[in-house]
Amino acid sequence: MIAYVFKRLTALILSLAVASLVIFLVVEVAPGDPASYMLGINAQPDTVAALRAELGLDVPKTQRYLNWVGGMLVGDFGTSYTYRSPVSEMVADRLWISLPLALMALALSTLIAIPAGVLAAARRGGVADAGVMSATQFGVAIPNFWFAMLLVALFAIKLRWFPSGGFPGWDDPAAALKSLTLPAIALALPQAAILTRVMRSSLIDILGEDFMRTARAKGLSRRQALWRHGLRNALIPVLTIIGLQFSFLLAGAIIIEQVFFLPGLGRLVFQSISQRDLIVVESVVMLLVFAVITVNFLVDLAYAIADPRLRRRA
Amino acid sequence: MNRNLIIGACLSSVVLIGALVSFMWTPFETDTVNIAARMRLPDGTNWLGTDHFGRDLLSMIMVGARTSLAVAVVAVGIGMGVGVPLGLAAAARQGSLLDEVISRLNDLIFAFPSLVIAILITAVFGAGAVNAIIAIGIFNIPVFARLSRGAALSLWQREFILAARTAGKTATRISVEHILPNIANLLIVQGTIQFSLGILAEAGLSYVGLGAQPPVPSWGRMLADAQTMVSLAPHVAIVPGMAIVLTVLGLNLLGDGLRDALDPKLRRRVA
Amino acid sequence: MTALLQVQDLSVSIQGKRVLDKVSLEIQSGEILALTGESGSGKSMTALAIMGLLPNAAHVEGEVHLHEQDLLAQTEQQMCAIRGAEIGMVFQEPMTALNPVQSIGQQVAETIRVHSDATRKQAWARAADVLTKVGLPQDRFPLGRFPHELSGGQRQRVVIAMAIALRPKLLIADEPTTALDVTTQAQILELLKDLCKSEGLALLMITHDLAVVSQMADRIAVMKSGQIVEQAVTQDLFAQMSHPYTRALFAASAHQADLADIDLGDPLLRVQNVSRDYLLPRPHPFAAHPRFPAVRDVSFDISAGERVGLVGESGCGKSTLTRAILGLDPVSAGDIRLDGAPVYSNGKPNRYIQRQIQVVFQDPFGSFNPRHKVERLITEPFHLLDHPPTGTARQNAIEEALEAVGLSAADAQKYPHAFSGGQRQRLAIARALIIRPKLIVFDEAVSALDVRVRAQILDLIAALSREYGLAYLFISHDLSVVRSITDRVMVMKSGEIVEHGETARVFDKPEHHYTQNLIAAAPRLPELGERHVS
Repeated sequence: MIAYVFKRLTALILSLAVASLVIFLVVEVAPGDPASYMLGINAQPDTVAALRAELGLDVPKTQRYLNWVGGMLVGDFGTSYTYRSPVSEMVADRLWISLPLALMALALSTLIAIPAGVLAAARRGGVADAGVMSATQFGVAIPNFWFAMLLVALFAIKLRWFPSGGFPGWDDPAAALKSLTLPAIALALPQAAILTRVMRSSLIDILGEDFMRTARAKGLSRRQALWRHGLRNALIPVLTIIGLQFSFLLAGAIIIEQVFFLPGLGRLVFQSISQRDLIVVESVVMLLVFAVITVNFLVDLAYAIADPRLRRRA
Repeated sequence: MNRNLIIGACLSSVVLIGALVSFMWTPFETDTVNIAARMRLPDGTNWLGTDHFGRDLLSMIMVGARTSLAVAVVAVGIGMGVGVPLGLAAAARQGSLLDEVISRLNDLIFAFPSLVIAILITAVFGAGAVNAIIAIGIFNIPVFARLSRGAALSLWQREFILAARTAGKTATRISVEHILPNIANLLIVQGTIQFSLGILAEAGLSYVGLGAQPPVPSWGRMLADAQTMVSLAPHVAIVPGMAIVLTVLGLNLLGDGLRDALDPKLRRRVA
Repeated sequence: MTALLQVQDLSVSIQGKRVLDKVSLEIQSGEILALTGESGSGKSMTALAIMGLLPNAAHVEGEVHLHEQDLLAQTEQQMCAIRGAEIGMVFQEPMTALNPVQSIGQQVAETIRVHSDATRKQAWARAADVLTKVGLPQDRFPLGRFPHELSGGQRQRVVIAMAIALRPKLLIADEPTTALDVTTQAQILELLKDLCKSEGLALLMITHDLAVVSQMADRIAVMKSGQIVEQAVTQDLFAQMSHPYTRALFAASAHQADLADIDLGDPLLRVQNVSRDYLLPRPHPFAAHPRFPAVRDVSFDISAGERVGLVGESGCGKSTLTRAILGLDPVSAGDIRLDGAPVYSNGKPNRYIQRQIQVVFQDPFGSFNPRHKVERLITEPFHLLDHPPTGTARQNAIEEALEAVGLSAADAQKYPHAFSGGQRQRLAIARALIIRPKLIVFDEAVSALDVRVRAQILDLIAALSREYGLAYLFISHDLSVVRSITDRVMVMKSGEIVEHGETARVFDKPEHHYTQNLIAAAPRLPELGERHVS
């Protein structure tokens, strides 16, 4: 187990290192000098040079990379070119919207998908199965931002149950949750459709295993065998997909935030792109990659706990 | 004959034919603005209605289909063209340095949230259809590489491959002659899935303004334009949305249908 | 006395196809009834019908009585109360019959808790008792063990423990030892026999292996195409078999291929001091890879035209050695030469040598690319020739190879799925034969076949060897098969050849204690016609 954790941890650090390098290089080849961009075309060369020094742009590239990475390790994400404020503060504010949104969506999609998948698998070939499968066919085909628009049209504009956009802040938790509800649903439903299909097929595979027959021979009813022996085994592959979905949800949140005018990470990224505030883009992307890699690491650990066969494997 | 295959093939071919016809003919020009006829509901003249500039929605959808299909086709092509050879090579040399490097690279690309990187790429190199294609295509590579590696690995254990090896065939030749035909089904099915995901991704990027740029019509941007008018003229938002849903649905059904039709094991089970 | 289990005129159809046809049998308490027959004869279907575990589409007629209760009349809920409590069942594949994510204690205790209101503690205590009884004492096999930490034989013991935890009256064992090595098989059979005696358990034992049947059963029922064709007390059956099918089955099981005397030629294959190590995963991140020696210092020769056997249990290194001989893998040390030239050199197999060694594998379904026609499949080894025959010469070669293995030239245009298992093995032999090798390696080549087909294939192999002066290396875990088809045999254990000699000598007077154990453990058929006294 320790060897397993160690191995995964090494892989995690290595991935992060390569990821940071890739992101840095991509941003590095971007045309245009941020300092001249910020000061406009009429700026004096010496003012530009001074700003470059202030932004840390005058040192060699390797040094800049190391400074950037070193800074991130201690929580210093650099200074926004546009706002001249620390990126870490800007990100922290926005994270309080994007993260809860992704987590709500993840919880919602899991809560819908697992029962639906189990139902479909248990009644394989029946009406319930056909119903669930048709629903998932539509679910995976619907673009989440379009679904979001329809939700707004119906529940916000027509019925006025939820706000159509904006975020009141966490001072009023009820209002905050209310304004995140529609975005979370829009994000979750297409993901739930995918997860339902994975859950169903995983459980169907397990139901065909020899040990399910053993369970029935012990005197367990079909239902008991399914819950006691089928579900836990079937959840193992589902766990991987849940981990991957976290990454979709974080990324998906960026677009959904546009629909609902939520001041989350997504909006920050788009603002920064339009203002060529690349240090912000760079840092936010790195943060998202970090989140995804870490979540997948945790999924691997959860795997090892769920599956005793992995515990001893190096 | 299976139902999924028929419905899927019909939906997909309608979209494809619409896109092809649009090169020669559309009911109306898509670049003429006619404010007088704006936001018309569907009727005998404008079968799907008009948008806020009075443009015919059916014509827009037909031309937009070209963008969606083109982006998805090229992105799947990049994914298959690069991913499949990599996956086959990794499987042929299982456990070697090459295999290790390919697998690690796959993991790494998977670790990047694809949309975020698409955004990064378009942010740095500028928004546009070509950059969208590259961004979506890159993320198709590990999908196909993993799929073909996994499928090929289990085939390499099969006795007919061992027999081919005792017949002195090289790994490359075995991969092309024995492995590739046996994983073609899987690749076709995955291809239709990635194709539909590509259409969704392109729509998403265009919606936030990072995909195809005006004046090239695209479904995602039609939705972005329609957003402010959802309550005034819902059909302007519903039409492009349904175009996406039906196209993706058609492709997914086609994929499912093909899998059932191509997999002899499954066919026997159904019979 | 009425029988414990009475099956009368049991018929089962699945989607209109009759798979069981008026099957009738009885088992008394403490009795062992063996149900035997070839694959697809309906043995397992009978067991599943008794358990009420047939697929939903099955249509069942007839009567099954367990102690006066009509099992077919029970509701599903009532059957759940009977399964596991009154009837226990053991399956063929111990590797997959246990839930991988639950400990063995949990799984045995579950049987107890499903049927009684025993507390968790009581159930675990009982589970510990039962596991001890089946030979898994608590000090060495605590309840917290997981299935993947046990060997196949140990897992089968766990499955048996689950089946007998509640002292059922009837135990149904469906090919319980088929997946196990011969020494493990002997132990499991012994365990089942003891349990019948000590618990008064009736055992319905389903197996295709007639040697096992003859050793275990009080009575034997022989099945063919869904019907029981003959049923008798074991001794009587051996004394007199009334049905021709039964006679054919037993004759095929005891079949001895005709090995004409041969004059040994020069040494053809020379294996000298060959070792092959595998790297194991590191125990911790900074350790060196531990090495697992799969083959250790093996040396032997095979002369032209010679028929040599290699026996050993799973994991003994047979497969590794085979791959090395075929030139598929390099060796760690030593030298393998054919006609004086190495089979593997400069990091790749030697084409010239490869064309003289061909191979036939076990799995008649996995050994052909399903997408190619026979013609293309069996000519694949032509790839080894510098100038492969074309046109008529190629057609002639195909025809000749197919006819040599008892198929017809017309079969060249068919796809492999059109052939039965035995025919596919013939195709595999045709493929090996087509470039006229000097040596063929048969890797468990008849292990997946039913006895009658197996006997035919063995005859074919012997005939081809005679006709073409072909040498072969016959690798198998099945001692009786090796005995019937080889002149000389090697016994392999833990990567080493522990005994090597003339087949008759090794089997009659084994010298190494491992060989002695192996031969003692192998179930044996009694001489036909002789009265079997046990």
